[in-house]
Amino acid sequence: MADDLKEQKPAGKATALIGGVLKEVKGLKDKALDDVQSLKKPQKTQLYKSIFRVTHDEKPRNRALGILSNVFLHLHPAKINRDAVAYNYTWGMGGITFYLFIVLTFTGVLLMFYYHPTKVQAFRDILYLEHDVPFGKLLRNMHRWAAHLMIITVWLHMFRVFLTGSYKKPREFNWMVGVILMLLTMLLSFTGYLLPDDQLGFWAVTVGTNMARATPLLGHEGPLGPEFGMTAFNDVRFALLGGSIVDSNALLRAYIWHCIAIPLIAGIFMAVHFWRVRKDGGISGPAPVMLESEIKEPRRF
Amino acid sequence: MDWVQLWEITTLPDNVPIVLLILVIPFYTWYGLRQAFANDRLIDRLEADPEMAKTHHRKTQPWKPGWAREVQVWPYLLRMEFLVAIIVTFILMVWSITLDAPLEEPANPSLTMNPAKAPWYFLGLQEMLVYFDPWMAGVVLPTLILVGLMVIPYMDTNPLGNGYYTYKQRKFAIWAFFFGFIVLWLSMVVIGTFIRGPGWIWFWPGQTWDHNKLIFEANRDLPDMFGITSMLGKSLFGAAVVGLFALVTALGVHKLFTWNAFNRKIYNRMSLIQYVLLQFFLVTMMLLPAKMVARLLFRIKYVWVTPWFNI
Repeated sequence: MADDLKEQKPAGKATALIGGVLKEVKGLKDKALDDVQSLKKPQKTQLYKSIFRVTHDEKPRNRALGILSNVFLHLHPAKINRDAVAYNYTWGMGGITFYLFIVLTFTGVLLMFYYHPTKVQAFRDILYLEHDVPFGKLLRNMHRWAAHLMIITVWLHMFRVFLTGSYKKPREFNWMVGVILMLLTMLLSFTGYLLPDDQLGFWAVTVGTNMARATPLLGHEGPLGPEFGMTAFNDVRFALLGGSIVDSNALLRAYIWHCIAIPLIAGIFMAVHFWRVRKDGGISGPAPVMLESEIKEPRRF
Repeated sequence: MDWVQLWEITTLPDNVPIVLLILVIPFYTWYGLRQAFANDRLIDRLEADPEMAKTHHRKTQPWKPGWAREVQVWPYLLRMEFLVAIIVTFILMVWSITLDAPLEEPANPSLTMNPAKAPWYFLGLQEMLVYFDPWMAGVVLPTLILVGLMVIPYMDTNPLGNGYYTYKQRKFAIWAFFFGFIVLWLSMVVIGTFIRGPGWIWFWPGQTWDHNKLIFEANRDLPDMFGITSMLGKSLFGAAVVGLFALVTALGVHKLFTWNAFNRKIYNRMSLIQYVLLQFFLVTMMLLPAKMVARLLFRIKYVWVTPWFNI
């Protein structure tokens, strides 16, 4: 190679080299222009297409695909009864409840960064949150009020489902799941009550768990409890508190139930609840009214 | 009248949600019933005119031939959901900026709060402790409330009113639910929040909470009022009274449940198990108002006294 280069004329070699480079540069420029052009149409890029599988044109098919191919939206059907979209039938309470659960998860995770579930630290952490952490007070307030609001919206959701008879066939099972979710919501709120480790939470949980002493068979002050071998140190209240008084173990248990166990259980029940809403035929109405004369005879075995 | 006292209870940060509840429940009751009555009027018209029933779309919502029955979820539903999420976030933000979550002194087992109240949504249970022993008020009745709610769909054999508001077609179900939810549960929450003061003593709204107030309530047991002294006698007497109560209540429930021809038709659709379950839960539910009257008006603590349990 080196010998070949030596034999050629120096000037001719140089022009060929420059020409080659220029050609390369022009090629690069064209590629760069292509890239710039593609920036003007980001929806045509491989990156975009790999994330969004369908174009968002205003065509019915694409609108439907936008729902069906999105993991967050696919709980929705592609189409829905035109009257069910109006606020007056559902009051939106189930959706608001779920949204509040998301808000609570988000604010709750942020609060966990500042909180130690120990008798020494817990109360000080709340003071720290309220006085030193940027927006800490707002964070705690939002978590508190979202929790209270969620109880109200759960009750209103149940109220609406009852008034519209939506628990009737074929949605009987989903109503049961809903009742369990209501219980879990109230338990979530109750376990959270103890965590600030102040007088309010301490006495509320003391009153609440004292009732567990009286559980029939399983509480040491309940009917047939002592006969069943229950004492203050092995009954159901002991299991709840991790001790015979509301103390550090109770704080830790409330924390674990509140932040991990109940949210997980509630998450599973929510998945079933939403799944069954769809599988039982979507939202229950507004359905066409039925008349008394149209009642069919019940099937007998 | 001690308005300051009332104002202090009402504006306690943790009581603000219940004030909200007191406003919101009547609103939604009205909002739901308004649609129910509108549907009932439509049902009346359709029943009077069978020809119209064949062609009518059977909703109170507007309808014109040619309109699509369904709309696309995007944008028609998703934009609503997005809007609602924004509104809820806004409300929460304003609420959280203007009102601080309560924080009392550090937990102190040697300094009892008086009154020591549960969070407001559990005050119904705490108020029940006045009328029943803890095993009943704190364990058995809450369990029965939950189980009773869960079996509602399996006891309700009325096929009408599935997926639309109606009052006319579901009178008994709606009255029963209103009684349980609003008259019993919510009013107990309200009593527990606004009426019960130090020592869980009854203070009327606007009455000053007197921390030194003592009431020497001469509570008595029903068997004692009849001069029954032996434990066996008390047990048998109490069983008889509770049994009689159950019988009378069950008869009353039956009377209401089979009030008119339509109700009897629904009754005939029920299996024996369904009917027995319905009676069991409704009679159990009526234990509470009965015991409230006995306790608040006649100062009766127990009706049924046995060596193992008292009711």
